[in-house]
Amino acid sequence: MEQKRKLRSILATDCGSTTTKAILIELVDGVYRLICRGEAPTTVEAPFEDVTMGARNAIHEIEELMGRTFQDESGIITPQRDSKVGVDIYLSTSSAGGGLQMMVAGVVKQMTAESAERAALGAGAIVMDAIAINDGRLPYQKIQRIRQLRPDMILMSGGIDGGTVTHVVELAELIAAAEPRPRLGIGFNLPIIYAGNKQARKHIESTLAEKADLRMVDNLRPVLEKEILGPAREEIHNLFMEHVMAQAPGYNKLMSWTDVPIMPTPGAVGKMIETVASQKKMTVIGVDIGGATTDVFSVFADTFNRTVSANLGMSYSICNVMLESGLDNIMRWVPFNIDAADLRNRIRNKMIRPTTIPQTMQELIIEQAIAREALRLAFEHHKSLAVGLRGIQTQRDIAEAFEQTATGASLVDLMKLGMIVGSGGVLSHAPRRVQSALMMLDSFVPEGITQLAVDSIFMMPQLGVLSGVNPEAAQQVFDRDCLIRLGTAIAPVGTAKEGDDCVSVKITTSQGQSVEHKAAYGSIHLIPLAEDEVAEAVAKPARGFDLGRGKGNEVQSKVHGGVVGVIIDARGRGPLGLPSDKPNRIRKLVEWYKALDAYPMDILAKYLGKEETVSG
Amino acid sequence: MANAYTPGLLVTESIVVRKRRRLPILGEVMVKAGDVVKPHDVVARTQVPGDPETVNIANQLDLEGDEVLEVMKKKKGDSVKKGEVIAEKVTFFGLFRSPVHSPIDGTVDNVSDVTGVVTLRRPAVPVSILAYVHGTVSEVMPREGVVIETPAALIQGIFGVGGETQGTLEIVAQTNADILSGDKIKPEHKGKIVVGGSLVTADALKKAAQVGAAGLVAGGIIDQDLIEYLGHDIGVAITGAEDIPITVILTEGFGRINMAEKTFNLLCSLNGKVASINGATQIRAGVMRPEIVVTSENSQQSAERDLSSGMEAGTPIRIIREPYFGQLATVHSLPPELQLIETGAKVRILTAKLASGEIVTIPRANVELIEG
Repeated sequence: MEQKRKLRSILATDCGSTTTKAILIELVDGVYRLICRGEAPTTVEAPFEDVTMGARNAIHEIEELMGRTFQDESGIITPQRDSKVGVDIYLSTSSAGGGLQMMVAGVVKQMTAESAERAALGAGAIVMDAIAINDGRLPYQKIQRIRQLRPDMILMSGGIDGGTVTHVVELAELIAAAEPRPRLGIGFNLPIIYAGNKQARKHIESTLAEKADLRMVDNLRPVLEKEILGPAREEIHNLFMEHVMAQAPGYNKLMSWTDVPIMPTPGAVGKMIETVASQKKMTVIGVDIGGATTDVFSVFADTFNRTVSANLGMSYSICNVMLESGLDNIMRWVPFNIDAADLRNRIRNKMIRPTTIPQTMQELIIEQAIAREALRLAFEHHKSLAVGLRGIQTQRDIAEAFEQTATGASLVDLMKLGMIVGSGGVLSHAPRRVQSALMMLDSFVPEGITQLAVDSIFMMPQLGVLSGVNPEAAQQVFDRDCLIRLGTAIAPVGTAKEGDDCVSVKITTSQGQSVEHKAAYGSIHLIPLAEDEVAEAVAKPARGFDLGRGKGNEVQSKVHGGVVGVIIDARGRGPLGLPSDKPNRIRKLVEWYKALDAYPMDILAKYLGKEETVSG
Repeated sequence: MANAYTPGLLVTESIVVRKRRRLPILGEVMVKAGDVVKPHDVVARTQVPGDPETVNIANQLDLEGDEVLEVMKKKKGDSVKKGEVIAEKVTFFGLFRSPVHSPIDGTVDNVSDVTGVVTLRRPAVPVSILAYVHGTVSEVMPREGVVIETPAALIQGIFGVGGETQGTLEIVAQTNADILSGDKIKPEHKGKIVVGGSLVTADALKKAAQVGAAGLVAGGIIDQDLIEYLGHDIGVAITGAEDIPITVILTEGFGRINMAEKTFNLLCSLNGKVASINGATQIRAGVMRPEIVVTSENSQQSAERDLSSGMEAGTPIRIIREPYFGQLATVHSLPPELQLIETGAKVRILTAKLASGEIVTIPRANVELIEG
């Protein structure tokens, strides 16, 4: 505690796959605040092959802007010497060089293999494959697959403590037969973490100890009804530092500079999302859309889940977004015509030159359309994995019995969702904040009343690692400088004909000023409400529409303001009322953009055809 | 200002190229430091363990796992022939015999007394690493591989498909704007690396494969033509392992884009020389760009690149995003303050002088240096 009080300045970097971001935090009048930020291209790749060069460049940008010195030839100057030289602590996260790539294995696909997958994802890994005895593949196919992949490590689970050992040993034998090799470090044995039936440990050891760097941790599923992921996650982080970071170009140097171990970026973001959910006591979805991957985090029913869609991103994997969603799904968000072949070439050129940014309004709208699809697909993936434990006995009340919910149902309930926090270049750096709000509404399609926020300058990773050292500093900066409240969306569930009544909303501010709005189906409206304002809202959905209290039932709730305000999204849910025919779709898109002032309409007009004017 | 710019692709007539040639697993290095090697020389080799095959003896003979050892006819380490009996259960005083035969030639890798599964392994597969370029072994990494060094002309492309190959460079374009179409590829291009100008067409790909050309180099390609030729789409930019007969290297990107004049002129000057090329591209986790390496007799250049200077007025650049995508220009000015662009974003920009003389504003992120 003594040391925490003494921290005057904190320098933190996040070495992403594309960009390295540095932030400087300082204690100002007793409160930690973000003071400055800098960024530079990541330099893990040739010709540099040294991650510290990008980190130095990003920090150098802060040095120039502040007229101060934080680094010398040997690294970062710590502790702070005076007001001009040094910082008290330096921290870093990293997802460069492919991040942490893991394979997981379990006996039963839907049980221990799924638990192993959740443990690996929660620790910040990309899961390359999940092998299970019952995954439908023949033994030789599993062995082939394990041989093909060169993961950074394997997490293996299976069986409850004291249960049968045969199946988990069979799994170990498959892995031993494959003689898997690690991705980095030719002479090293592949790290394997065993987190299964304790009674099988001696057999696992005799099967794998000679062929791998075997570690044993507590069983992920000691009993069927319990999932304990902590010890496995901790061991994953240890091995990430020992094996993965130690092999990546320049990381040994970076590790010697940092005062605490480098964390995988997604692990750090997850930590921050968990903190937000517990502080605000609400269900939260966080999303981080990067160049290579899109991470989705959620906290529902006090359960934290993270998924990573390894090939859904805005640069390296942008072509995969096009492949998975299809060009038509991207184009449905674009209010102008563009030649399909030209668009495909543009998307591929973004893939091979990943650091470029949109310069024209046309390029921006296309990029944000692709982002909507990447987010949508990543969220679908998340919903399929953020599920309750499967195959266990559950006590049900009479209502649940009638609903016939199975074990393993998705925990994600959009009506219960309290807040969406967006992060990643395309959301954090959108030229107008309302564009980020609209992207999140279109891709997550939240129901009822939901707060929207973005990570202002992409600093959740750094704050996540800081929260392990000084939670107070992380929390203060998060509240004051990181989280930008966009506002609140009010979205009734239901469908109708365009123009039919959908919802009427009355908002009363703390000063007693009231504004009332009637929204017709198919429309979207914006009611400005300042960022620090919390107003009383009374929303009365029309017959057939639900805001969480049943169809047609009035809802009273507090709504948070934001830089955007309160968005009444009467475009319908189940599904979102985006017309399927092109002229109508374009007409509605332009109408919605205009209603929210999402884009400068005079510039947008340049790209619209004659029939797609902005006047209407 | 920090040096926040995108380093460009290297296009140079003279540089010391260092190629790291590594085995997938530890093995034996076949050359020593100072040896002169040719592209097809084996510099390192190893034996990759053969594919395993599992036989569930317990299931087949209706035994418990720990009973399997009693019926095994072969033990761990024994070699076996396909069809040979590896285990046999004898019942009724020898009246009934239930044998289990080996499905492969190989060795017994493991006999499990827990699961009753026997793992057999096929013979090891020899793997050799070739020198790839003509050069001198400058470093030996014991049991891992070598570094080969050579003075060479080096041209990095932006994207490629297909692996390592060699061939004589044959320039078939008159200008950097010419299209490399099928009619330009002749039977005499067998084994050669054919260089075009702005675009390689779908019929050129087919014709090159027909005549047995080793590689194709051009400014761009229409994405659908490449996908059709490959037979599958490209989701993430990791290439090089495609099962295709020719290596294709693009110097500029997707679409019809004139090859940078400097690249085109350098390739013309190398016409008729033998090149080592590799289409492998990986734009994440250890970037790899496709390359054309032409070994030269001597060079004064060092492999060290001056990466500290960044951009200044007059620096040649390539614009790598719409609306000026593919155009070559020189830096006109570098205003330090953020500026508003059409999207509404405030970003660092530069002004660039296009070949036409027009001065335009471009975000700095959307240009790359023409290196070399």
